[in-house]
Amino acid sequence: MKNQSIKGWIKSGAPGVWLSAGAVSIAVIMTVGLLLLIAVRGLGYFWPADVLQASYQVPGSPAQTLVGEVVAREQVPRARLRATSTAVPADGPLTMTRELLKVGNRDVYGSDFVWVVADWLADVQAPADLLVLQRREWGNFYGRLLDIREHGQVVAQGADAWAELAPRLERVRHLRRALDRLEAQELSAINRGLENARLQARKLQLSGRFDAAAQADLGAEQSALNARYDEAEARLEALRAQIDRDSLTAVEAGGQAVPISLGQVAHAYRPNAMGPLAKAGFYCTQLWEFLSSGPRAANTEGGVFPAIFGTVMLTLIMAVIVTPFGVLAAVYLREYARQGWVTRLIRVAVNNLAGVPSIVYGVFGLGFFVYVLGGSLDRLLFPEALPAPTLGTPGLLWASLTLALLAVPVVIVATEEGLARIPRSLREGSLALGATRAETLFKVVLPMASPAMMTGMILAIARAAGEVAPLMLVGVVKMAPSLPVDGHFPYVHLDQKIMHLGFHIYDVGFQSPNVEAARPLVYATALLLVLVIVLLNLAAVALRNHLREKYKALDS
Amino acid sequence: MNDLTDPKMAQGSPAPRIDFNAPGFRRKRRLRAWVDRLTHGYVLVGGLAVLVAITMIFFYLAYVVLPLFQGARLQAGAPVAPGWLQGAGKPLLLTVEEQNKVGLRVSDQGQAVFFDAQKGDVLATLSLPLPNGVRLVSIAGSEPGTPWWVAGLSNGQVLLMRTRYTAPYPQNSATLSPALEFPYGQAPFTVDPQGRALEHVAVTASDSRLLLAGASGAQVNVLALTQAAGPLAGQPRLEQAHIDLPQMAEAVKAIYLDPRQQWLYVLNGRAQADVFDLRTRALNGRYKLLEDAEAYVTASQQLAGGVSLMIGTSKGTLSQWFMARDVDGEPRLSHIRDFTLGNQPIAFIRAEQRRKGFLALDSAGRLGVFHSTAHRTLLVQQVATHGDAMALSPRADLLLVEQGRQWLPIAVHNPHPEVSWSALWEKVWYENYDKPEYVWQSTADNSDFEPKLSLAPLTFGTLKAAFYAMLLAAPLAVAAAIYTAYFMAAPMRRKVKPVIELMEAMPTVILGFFAGLVLAPYVEGHLPGIFGLLIVTPLGILLAALGFSRLPARWRLGLPAGWESALLVPVIVLVGGLALWLSPTMETWWFQGDMRQWLSQNLGLGFDQRNALVVGLAMGFAVIPSIYSIAEDAIFSVPRSLTHGSLALGATPWQTLTRLVLLTASPGIFSALMIGLGRAVGETMIVLMATGNTPIMNMNLFEGMRTLAANVAVEMPESATGSSHYRVLFLAALVLLSFTFAMNTLAELIRQRLRNKYSSL
Repeated sequence: MKNQSIKGWIKSGAPGVWLSAGAVSIAVIMTVGLLLLIAVRGLGYFWPADVLQASYQVPGSPAQTLVGEVVAREQVPRARLRATSTAVPADGPLTMTRELLKVGNRDVYGSDFVWVVADWLADVQAPADLLVLQRREWGNFYGRLLDIREHGQVVAQGADAWAELAPRLERVRHLRRALDRLEAQELSAINRGLENARLQARKLQLSGRFDAAAQADLGAEQSALNARYDEAEARLEALRAQIDRDSLTAVEAGGQAVPISLGQVAHAYRPNAMGPLAKAGFYCTQLWEFLSSGPRAANTEGGVFPAIFGTVMLTLIMAVIVTPFGVLAAVYLREYARQGWVTRLIRVAVNNLAGVPSIVYGVFGLGFFVYVLGGSLDRLLFPEALPAPTLGTPGLLWASLTLALLAVPVVIVATEEGLARIPRSLREGSLALGATRAETLFKVVLPMASPAMMTGMILAIARAAGEVAPLMLVGVVKMAPSLPVDGHFPYVHLDQKIMHLGFHIYDVGFQSPNVEAARPLVYATALLLVLVIVLLNLAAVALRNHLREKYKALDS
Repeated sequence: MNDLTDPKMAQGSPAPRIDFNAPGFRRKRRLRAWVDRLTHGYVLVGGLAVLVAITMIFFYLAYVVLPLFQGARLQAGAPVAPGWLQGAGKPLLLTVEEQNKVGLRVSDQGQAVFFDAQKGDVLATLSLPLPNGVRLVSIAGSEPGTPWWVAGLSNGQVLLMRTRYTAPYPQNSATLSPALEFPYGQAPFTVDPQGRALEHVAVTASDSRLLLAGASGAQVNVLALTQAAGPLAGQPRLEQAHIDLPQMAEAVKAIYLDPRQQWLYVLNGRAQADVFDLRTRALNGRYKLLEDAEAYVTASQQLAGGVSLMIGTSKGTLSQWFMARDVDGEPRLSHIRDFTLGNQPIAFIRAEQRRKGFLALDSAGRLGVFHSTAHRTLLVQQVATHGDAMALSPRADLLLVEQGRQWLPIAVHNPHPEVSWSALWEKVWYENYDKPEYVWQSTADNSDFEPKLSLAPLTFGTLKAAFYAMLLAAPLAVAAAIYTAYFMAAPMRRKVKPVIELMEAMPTVILGFFAGLVLAPYVEGHLPGIFGLLIVTPLGILLAALGFSRLPARWRLGLPAGWESALLVPVIVLVGGLALWLSPTMETWWFQGDMRQWLSQNLGLGFDQRNALVVGLAMGFAVIPSIYSIAEDAIFSVPRSLTHGSLALGATPWQTLTRLVLLTASPGIFSALMIGLGRAVGETMIVLMATGNTPIMNMNLFEGMRTLAANVAVEMPESATGSSHYRVLFLAALVLLSFTFAMNTLAELIRQRLRNKYSSL
């Protein structure tokens, strides 16, 4: 094969072929690149990065010591830097390197982050004694440990202090668990009891049976509960005082000593002193905490367990609702309805409903499910709680129903496809052997179509798990006070508002006061959501392929 | 071995007989038939119910939206003619309070009577504290929704008072105790120093300053009362100051004060309005209110908020006027819009207190219900033979017309006057705006706010976002589909397709987060690099291809056909990386180091960090897979016999593609683009997170927008159920639904036709 002339090469259409090949490459690069970026940033969040100490001198001003982690680095045109700071010299290379340093100590500095020009950093080290404290408020603290105090009295100083810190933190963690248990179990039970008593009284009033005896009964119950409440409250106070017994003093980079109560410290570690193995261990602890605990500091730190739980609950309930109904509709369309222009029309409509913007379903859910259905149910079932709505307010049930409505076309389409694949001969064989239509359906058709139904359900779950827009209207909130499942009757609380991974991303990334500090957490949450959805989709694809293989023989 | 070859069967030995009519079998058969029928019924009812439920979404949205476009309804009650009314004198003032329980009537005899608005019984009577020998001439209130009243007296003085209704038991508001208060003392203030009877009065109050105006004949006087700190704490001293104004040419018909205390409107003569600037004490202008030389002004009223004046004429028309800046930037009383009630002179105009609506009654007793912003006539109906006085309750749900010596109570049901076709889709001249504009601003914190419910900027934003997204997605997705379906080697196709389909499953909230928090700041810092990418990437691909074609044949043939994409991946990564890496350098060379500033200085383009470029990139990413998978299907299903025929006739693969395959598959590609557009239009999270959500109307690539979907997501949770705002948001959802549904249906029909065409080939 000879090389063509350039003119011939253009005429042969090769440029077009290559350009279209390039489009494929770009699409693949974009997808893989985004996934990689999210994976790297999301997984990197938990790694205890080295903390640097450096002396930073802006030309013309005194040098200062900075302690922090480098989180970003970029090249900036010198001219643009000069526009913001007069200290930048006019001559030199065209671009300068700028680093974003996380210096923490928001309570002292006012902001967690500072941009520095890399050229002006000198004497960069990573001393082993630098301490990082993850706090419940005010974000991270970076500095050096000075001493540990109990009731304000110094008990350990200097090198001993670090050794003393771990057991004391362990004690605080223990106490905090007890505190959480007390709050979550006893106090909430008492509160529920009080609320029930109030509703009981209101119910009796409404039915006109609120006589002296009932009043006395309820009054006695209420005063007993109030007494228990006071007692629990006292124990709570005692625990809080216990938690705040110990404190530490640390010096920040500028030399200022900062007292911090151990009750405020979630984790304390010295990343520069950790070996790779210790870091890996710490990494796993952090990862586990992210998956298993609740958020703190206005959602910008801590874990996402309630959001995972909410997402799973929501999609499970959605799946439980959507599968039977979707299958029913598909069976009707394919097996029972007379095929004609009406069914064709319905099929087109169902197909199109899958393409309707999800926010429209949210609007429908809010208007119809929440206000119309929920409002009517409230008047019927819970008149004693009015005007406070029980079901007439966004909640788990309505969110699930809305998602079910959004996903039902997916299930119908997938199931119908499965039903259409089943050869006519099989049905006719079954009918010829004397089976009724119902028996054919249950014993032959549905079992054979079950993989298709599964595919439909998984696709529905994947679609629903990634939806956020409609949920913002029908029951997902940034901070739910408790999980929708607990040990109290009726165990699953469908009227409760829930947290959701997708909404968590939106909320933390766009509504939180300190977006920059929360960004790594958003990456981690996004990674989690992507993982869930990719897994569900891969499962659907595998099932579909399995189904095709299984019935290939029947097709011919 | 089977039954037929069974030796016993062959010998015809008696097989065990089964009696199919045994009771057990019959019962079983009945049960089976019953189960069959039950299943049939269940599937029928259940299936239909599901299908009905999912189509109900249309009907429910329409059901919520419909009341917006229904007019007003009146329900006339039985006339009330209490005995005390017979000798009560001519009415100067008639009002009803908030809960429609208590009314107030002030007669020209100086009697203020609080009465039960339902039955007409007197609740309290008091005489206004008039000086001896002085008559009550006129009475007027401050702008609608405020409690001040001023009474003009025959000696050139005015009485200043305030109505107040208190519920004695806050829990149980069954009874209201009405009172007339005189916070500035019961002594009248002198407005006309010459002591002439004040035929027209006006008042307006701000926190610190109160303006009173009175007109006698052709002379207008204005008195300003200012609260100054008194010598003792808690004893504020009142400072009075007269504002002198020139005399009018003709007799004054009505005067109005602007609540911001800048303008004084004096209607005089046949149809003239003189506007004075009270700050400079100068005449702003004399305006001719009517072109028709035979018509004259018969009634006038300020609308809620006091910005607009409604003028009623002898020909039965009404016109709205307010101060707006003209082309030279001078404030001028501008004619905004007209309404028509009938052909009889307008007798009364009453403004609603919470909305920009008003009611007008003509001298023949015909009532009209209007809304100014929406330019809507909601109802015209005969309610009386004439009217002596008219009161509209603060909630605008009760109208009291005094006719002869009786009252006609009329319940007004007018829930959504502020929405009309023109308010939603056309330019509207809002108060405090200098010209008609498209504005979306649904809520504000002040109570006399004029809701601006134009869907035009939102629809524009939606289309703008979709346009930029399609600009990126359409060429990329279609080109990728062409290559995948037509050129790509089968093993690679099996790997590439799922990857791109995985893009489709990517939750849009993640794309939105990526666009808003990562891409937007990055794009802002690397603008030249991003534009460089657009030019350099195709060039790089072509150069690589050309270079590849120059390679010795041995190497060239090493790459099997259909693997070009794999070869291009490193090329694109390299070239793209280079473009972005060079971005700061390019910015320094060509844009003085800051392209944002360069854009605003040299091209006059504003720049937001979250802009249409970012949305285009992110939403393009979201739309690519939708277009790709359908277009790929369409191209792939072009029958092989056609392409083989073309190739056999000597066409190159590229010629076959452009002249045959694309032509055949073009309906499919078109429907793919439709579906992509539908997805881009309805996408919520990406635009919510990647734009500033400001409802502006321009095509600037570097500014944001607000889309219908994002608007619904932002405002729905805070809108009150059943309010006009709530229903307009439903309307936005309905518009989205109809648009995408129409798009998808079109695409589906085209696809089905295409499928039928192929099946015949």
